[in-house]
Amino acid sequence: MTDAVTEMAPYAFVRKEPLEQQPAPLSVAGPLAWVRAHLFSSPLNIALTLLSLYVVATSLPELIRFYFVDAVWSGANRAACLADKVGRPVGACWAYVADRFQYFIYGSYPISQRWRVNIVFAMFALGVVWLLWTRAPKKKLGIFFFFVLLPISAYVLLLGGAGAERFLGICLTLALALAALYVVLSLVPQLVGFHIGEAALGVVRQLPAWKRFSGPKQLILFALLVFGLLSMLASSVGLPRVDTGLWGGMTVTFLIAAVGIVFSLPLGVLLALGRRSKLPIIQLLSVIFIEFVRGVPLITVLFMANTMLPLFVPQEYSPDRLLRPLVGVALFAAAYMAEVVRGGLQAMPKGQYEGAMSLGLGYWSMMRLIILPQALRIVIPGIVNTFIGLFKDTTLVTIVGIFDFLRTIEATLVDPTWATPTTRATGYAFAAVFYFLCCWGMSRYSIAVEKRLAAGQKR
Amino acid sequence: MKKFIGAALVAASTAICASGALAQSATLTQVKSRGILHCGSGTGLAGFGIPDAQGNWSGLDVDVCRAVAAAIFNDPTKVKFIPLSAKDRFTSLQSGEVDLLSRTTTWTLSRDTALGLNFAGVSYYDGQGFMVRKKLGVDSALKLAGASICTQQGTTTELNLADYFRANKIKYEVVAFASNQETVKAYESGRCDAFTTDASGLYAERLTLSTPADHIVLPEIISKEPLGPVVRHGDDVWFDIVKWSLFAMVNAEELGITKANVDEMLKSDNPEIKRFVGTEGKFGEPMGLTNDWAYRIVKHVGNYGESFERNVGSGSLLKIARGQNALWTKGGLQYAPPIR
Amino acid sequence: MSTTSAEVKPGKASLLYDPKIRGYFYQILLLAAVGFLIWSAASNAIENLRAQKIASGFGFWHNASGFDINQKLIPYDASSGTYGRAFWVGLLNTLLVASIGIVLSTFLGFFVGVARLSGNWIVSKIAMIYVEVIRNVPLLLQLFFWYNAVLKPLPNPRQSIELPAGALLNNRGLYIPDPQLGPGGGLILWALLFGLVATFIFRAWARKQQAATGTQYPIGWVALGLIVVLPTLVYFVTGRPISFVYPELAGFNLRGGIQIFPEFVALLIGLTTYTAGFIAEVVRAGILAVSRGQTEAAHALGLRPGPTLKLVVIPQAMRVIIPPLTSNYLNLTKNSSLAVAIGYPDLVQVFTGTVLNQTGQAVEVVAITMAVYLTISLVTSLFMNIYNKRMALVER
Repeated sequence: MTDAVTEMAPYAFVRKEPLEQQPAPLSVAGPLAWVRAHLFSSPLNIALTLLSLYVVATSLPELIRFYFVDAVWSGANRAACLADKVGRPVGACWAYVADRFQYFIYGSYPISQRWRVNIVFAMFALGVVWLLWTRAPKKKLGIFFFFVLLPISAYVLLLGGAGAERFLGICLTLALALAALYVVLSLVPQLVGFHIGEAALGVVRQLPAWKRFSGPKQLILFALLVFGLLSMLASSVGLPRVDTGLWGGMTVTFLIAAVGIVFSLPLGVLLALGRRSKLPIIQLLSVIFIEFVRGVPLITVLFMANTMLPLFVPQEYSPDRLLRPLVGVALFAAAYMAEVVRGGLQAMPKGQYEGAMSLGLGYWSMMRLIILPQALRIVIPGIVNTFIGLFKDTTLVTIVGIFDFLRTIEATLVDPTWATPTTRATGYAFAAVFYFLCCWGMSRYSIAVEKRLAAGQKR
Repeated sequence: MKKFIGAALVAASTAICASGALAQSATLTQVKSRGILHCGSGTGLAGFGIPDAQGNWSGLDVDVCRAVAAAIFNDPTKVKFIPLSAKDRFTSLQSGEVDLLSRTTTWTLSRDTALGLNFAGVSYYDGQGFMVRKKLGVDSALKLAGASICTQQGTTTELNLADYFRANKIKYEVVAFASNQETVKAYESGRCDAFTTDASGLYAERLTLSTPADHIVLPEIISKEPLGPVVRHGDDVWFDIVKWSLFAMVNAEELGITKANVDEMLKSDNPEIKRFVGTEGKFGEPMGLTNDWAYRIVKHVGNYGESFERNVGSGSLLKIARGQNALWTKGGLQYAPPIR
Repeated sequence: MSTTSAEVKPGKASLLYDPKIRGYFYQILLLAAVGFLIWSAASNAIENLRAQKIASGFGFWHNASGFDINQKLIPYDASSGTYGRAFWVGLLNTLLVASIGIVLSTFLGFFVGVARLSGNWIVSKIAMIYVEVIRNVPLLLQLFFWYNAVLKPLPNPRQSIELPAGALLNNRGLYIPDPQLGPGGGLILWALLFGLVATFIFRAWARKQQAATGTQYPIGWVALGLIVVLPTLVYFVTGRPISFVYPELAGFNLRGGIQIFPEFVALLIGLTTYTAGFIAEVVRAGILAVSRGQTEAAHALGLRPGPTLKLVVIPQAMRVIIPPLTSNYLNLTKNSSLAVAIGYPDLVQVFTGTVLNQTGQAVEVVAITMAVYLTISLVTSLFMNIYNKRMALVER
């Protein structure tokens, strides 16, 4: 009604079109206002801002000068990084890092055999991407690859020698035998009848023979492929034994981290299930183990593994020096992993357990099919955080005499070839950047996963 | 799996042998079946045991291991060197991880008895000394009152240091580190006024400092440090093998047998030399070795003097004089019982 | 219903599938496996120890140690010290660095955590960078950095850096004047003690009054008067009985004063900054867990940002903060064992390092060390649980 009236009215002072939108006043929007709101809102804030600016202004240019502007990027020995030899102020000595880079990666691993380490690195990267990249296909195959095939191939490739090749032979034979078994089974599915039951078989029978049991068959084929390639390598190029005493650098750091991850996750799940179990003895033993390990520092666990493990086994089987900290780290990480997984188990609504039980699932089927997939999903951030801790903790093996990445840095610092006033700062900066990138990458991943999971819950 | 079976077989066979034969060394059997000698070495001390960039070990202590390997396998390369820190060297030997420890280890009563070890002779007569900066202007250890002294923890060095300063009623501050590298690093950075370890070690470590000429080794030797190869209690034949491998090197020097002339010595008429190279008598067999065991050692490793000069003496960067380590015939302490 | 199930006669046919029996079976199996494991490990150990002629038992505890330790809180020297005494020296050093580290890292952690949430852009960014860098770099590397790259390059004792109040800094550590109590000096300590007790009582009384009547008393001023002014007055009245022994150059090192070793300082800085990074995250999460309405309501009541944080947000956040804070304290204590890498004589360095090596009794030494850390862990979590319960009671 009113609209109609105004429309009709012939008054000239009534505006026909709306005003152009004005920009907000400078005191509310714009960079100046932002600065005022975020940097100078109160006397305290002004003081803090000025103090922070002072800290940044004094330290940042100095850091840039030291690590980039004045840095030495190439050279053959310490003469390149000595201020009085070069004739200018010298910052970080990156030439030293470049010169020792191979050593930082491989330790004393024989140069002619380093391609083996590279293959393992590539396989490790493949496995990590496969598992972490959410849209990667065939996750089950990926899990099988990372937790079964990768450890076996890494063992064979890195160590080599007659023992490893025999072991590879056994694995290959086993895979072949399984393959044969499944070929027979898919042609004559009745043989499985005892095990699976008619209902499930009904489905299998309707499929053509090559499609039956496709899950296990894929795994076996994949295993055959990997083992076959490995044994071809072994027979054509040969894999001479490289003693663990020669391993070092990032190889060992990643090895310890990977072993920790591969073994601590399944072990941690078992311990968490044990701790939540209704069977008193199993529960008690799990609690004792978890609380004991979490109550002592890793370094004492490593000392124990180093000095006491050899005592606990017959003398002939005295474990390898590298194996001991590996055992220690894996057990240690498992206890922490167990607590993370327990958190996930506790977060499962009771209805999930009851629903699974009402379907007639047994304990293991319930856990495998219903509870664990959900529980593990929600604790992925916690698991990744444990991995970050584990990765940082790998440095402690330095103390029991294993040449991990940090130890190789330390070892080169006492080498007179590169003894300059700035070598130490350079070496530590390089190590810090390496660890930071790895850990920070993992924590970014965990945050991303957390966000994705939260998105699902918010809806 | 097969490894396990193999190990079990070895264990079983050693058990049978131990009960059946008289002079059969369990360790020797194990080493032979393994095909390689496991030798505990240091984590890197120039002149005594240090790996080069390719991982080949050299040094005076290393040569003792090589001599044993040469005597057993006629091949000095059949040794796996396992770097052990001062802290876990004995545990490794006791647990059977290494067959022999040759790692600048001082022969002391408690190690010989309470720790259950046997010292198979002395490969180097050493003593503990001090290294200081030249510009400090100190010429005697007795003038180190109030000084900070860096040492490696868990060594006899640490104990000798306490004894020496206590006996001379001098106050000092000890700073102990877990590894030798850490200790040297701390000394070089100025954390300590003095660095103490065996005199041989001082000379070796001085080389690794950025300006070796700025540091001097003080004249005082505050302890007796006879260094030698070590084996476990309980295998006397193995003890004999290691002991006599070392003696063979010393005897070779005394008899004038060198790496270069050892093949000619096979034709020698001198009965002592004939016994040594195995052309007369059966001296290797009681130890479970061949009779040319000593010939093999000299052939592959050389005599004691050669090894000394090559690793720590005039042929090396360390340039340590023979001193106490000269043969007894030349006023030193190196003396080996005769082979007969 | 009941009649039909009775006809099936449950249990009889499915003894194998009875969960109870299966449960017993599994447990017995596990127990047997663990028992066998322990038995074989023990028998192997006994066998190996006997073969190696390593002494066993705890007899070494009273044996003379023969080595020196530079930092000791209780009298100890190589001539009269025993391994047991060395153990206590190491343990006290561990507790010293852990307790100071816990206090400092709590302050720093709270400060950084609050700074990260600050409206001040640059402050929150700096706090964020601090947290990210500290948390993602291994502690051992940070310790190496502090010890080898920061403290060791300090000048030697002859060129010590002079700090205010007669303190000196060089590569042998930090030297501070050593206060000596003259006659009548004890009175000052008594005055300080009295001030502390009186403040405590006054605070309790003032709180009660505030709860009952709403009147606020200036607790801060009273505390200042009692704790600072009173002892100072006594100090002057008694004729300034405290004298200081200043560190001075004598021979190679400084003599006099209290020496704080660089190993200790490096470990303390490393542990404090590292743990503070984690505490900051805990604090941030705790504060974020307090709903925004609380802050807005406090602001609406006219509280300024400072009191809002102190009176409204932090007390509520504490309930979320305390459990993870406890585990961070425990981590700090356990991480102090990394002292072994930089030569600080803590429990692990002295006991699992030197003593283990001199005696060769790995089993006993490692077992004792582990037992100590376990005890510390259990006791700390016990106290924290009690505190946690008290905090939780505030909620009605």
